Amino acid sequence: MPEMKQTHGKAQCFYDTYERKGELTHQTHYCPGCGHGISMKLLAEAIDELGIRDRVILVSPVGCSVFLYYYFDVGNVQVAHGRAPAVATGLKRARPDSIVISYQGDGDLAAIGSSEILHAANRGELITCLFANNAIYGMTGGQMAPTTLLGRKTTTTPFGRDKIKDGYPLHVSEVLSSLEAPVFVERVALGSTKQILAAKRAIRKAVETQVKGLGFSLVEILSPCPTIWKQDPVEAQKFVRETMAEVYPVSNKCDRTATAEPHPAPAPAPDLDELPRILKLPAAAPAGTAPRALREDLDCRIKIAGFGGQGVLLLGQLLAEAGMDDGLEVSWLPSYGPEMRSGTSNCHVRLASKPVDSPLVTKSSVLIALNEPSLDKFLEEVEPGGLVLYNGDEIPEDARRQDVTMRALPFFEIADEVGTAKAGNIVVLGALLEALPLLPAEIVDRAMARVVKGEKWLEIDRKAMERGRQAMNAVVSAVVSAVVSAVVSKEAHCHA
Amino acid sequence: MPVTAMREDRGFIEINAQECKGCGLCVEACVQKVLHLSPHLNHYGYHPAEYDGRGCNGCGVCFYACPEPGAIRVFKAVA
Repeated sequence: MPEMKQTHGKAQCFYDTYERKGELTHQTHYCPGCGHGISMKLLAEAIDELGIRDRVILVSPVGCSVFLYYYFDVGNVQVAHGRAPAVATGLKRARPDSIVISYQGDGDLAAIGSSEILHAANRGELITCLFANNAIYGMTGGQMAPTTLLGRKTTTTPFGRDKIKDGYPLHVSEVLSSLEAPVFVERVALGSTKQILAAKRAIRKAVETQVKGLGFSLVEILSPCPTIWKQDPVEAQKFVRETMAEVYPVSNKCDRTATAEPHPAPAPAPDLDELPRILKLPAAAPAGTAPRALREDLDCRIKIAGFGGQGVLLLGQLLAEAGMDDGLEVSWLPSYGPEMRSGTSNCHVRLASKPVDSPLVTKSSVLIALNEPSLDKFLEEVEPGGLVLYNGDEIPEDARRQDVTMRALPFFEIADEVGTAKAGNIVVLGALLEALPLLPAEIVDRAMARVVKGEKWLEIDRKAMERGRQAMNAVVSAVVSAVVSAVVSKEAHCHA
Repeated sequence: MPVTAMREDRGFIEINAQECKGCGLCVEACVQKVLHLSPHLNHYGYHPAEYDGRGCNGCGVCFYACPEPGAIRVFKAVA
């Protein structure tokens, strides 16, 4: 009697039992005869054979193969529909030592995720993609996929896929192999023992391509779906072998593994402590100097509106940046037309001591109207007691309100005097902060130094800021007390 | 650990009847034609595959035909 030893059995990178829905811990969730189980086994063997289990991150898709993480004892991430190659890209770049393998079906990869796979392949990402193609949407009950064969009846093509109405089957492997970056692309099938063993070799080679650092690899696996195809498992296997393989030729589409150079190792990420220096952030913000009421219960809703090109968005951005440096909760929401110049433009800024619930400002405590149409449009929504700054010599007679503080200043003319009318938005900033000490001057200055590009502009902007403060100071000294109540939170009013 | 077979075959297989879903792909793939589906149902309501008990040569084809990760274990005579 010869001595026997085990030659084939469950791969080590599978869990012993599967923690899924209580008692179904022995079986996968796949239907009898499903190709996913076989593809999974082939992948598991490749992982075991290459000894990379501790380095593998498996990215599972939306579709029948969503539950890979119940089976594979490796790192697992499950992602939004079609996005596996995009997430895999991020994982691989953040963790270059890991082996990132995405697994997707044809609905996921070839339809909703066609952009992600195309660009990941075109960038030559150092990832491995397994693409199970059963030419149908399985999990959702049998709708036509881009890969569905012509003439096939599905729930969405009840008379059969028609090339005129529905287009042709999408040949993903051929499309991707037409790109320059992919290193290894092969189509395999699960239609016979011979095909399955060829698939095993291709999957291993695809993973190896990544282990060697050579580049992007993809294996398309023609896979049976007996349930949706309404065939028994043996018939479905025959369909893969005889019918699908005719439309989708089973062969290697591109193999540059012999000539591809390994990708250079990416530069190590900078130390976290280095980030403020790299991003030119202030080391630590000094304590704010604004009045107490503004520090503790601040809820300032600012709307800035004008023509495109007046610096509306930059003004809002400066306020938000400085607010953030000052430890406030902030939001900045730009809204503009397609024109870079002369269209209408506005932005919503919130500066608050508590988390901002919505970046949208519908009732503003401060309105900065840099032209008359903006004043007409937004004056009504200013809260009673609020502040309105208007660019002009005086507030137009038909746009006056008694219950808000309104000040008109020719901001852009003032800016022109310091060198350029383009700095008008910074004059506004100076005037606003003089009227309402929302933020400490030194913090605003630092934010400006970071946001404004170029020394020359920074110098002009500093002058403009100072002129804005002076201009406001000259016209008003009592604005602060008048409008403070409008920029503190409603809760604070209740407590008062 | 080496296991001693009952007969002078070159191999044998073990099927986990609780893992098997009775798809029959192993029966179809088996070169020696020594597999069949059981007339009995398993815990999950499938007719699991069974080994006839003789004639296996340990080729492993049934293992790759099977979609379940660990339903089939293949043993082969040590050369």
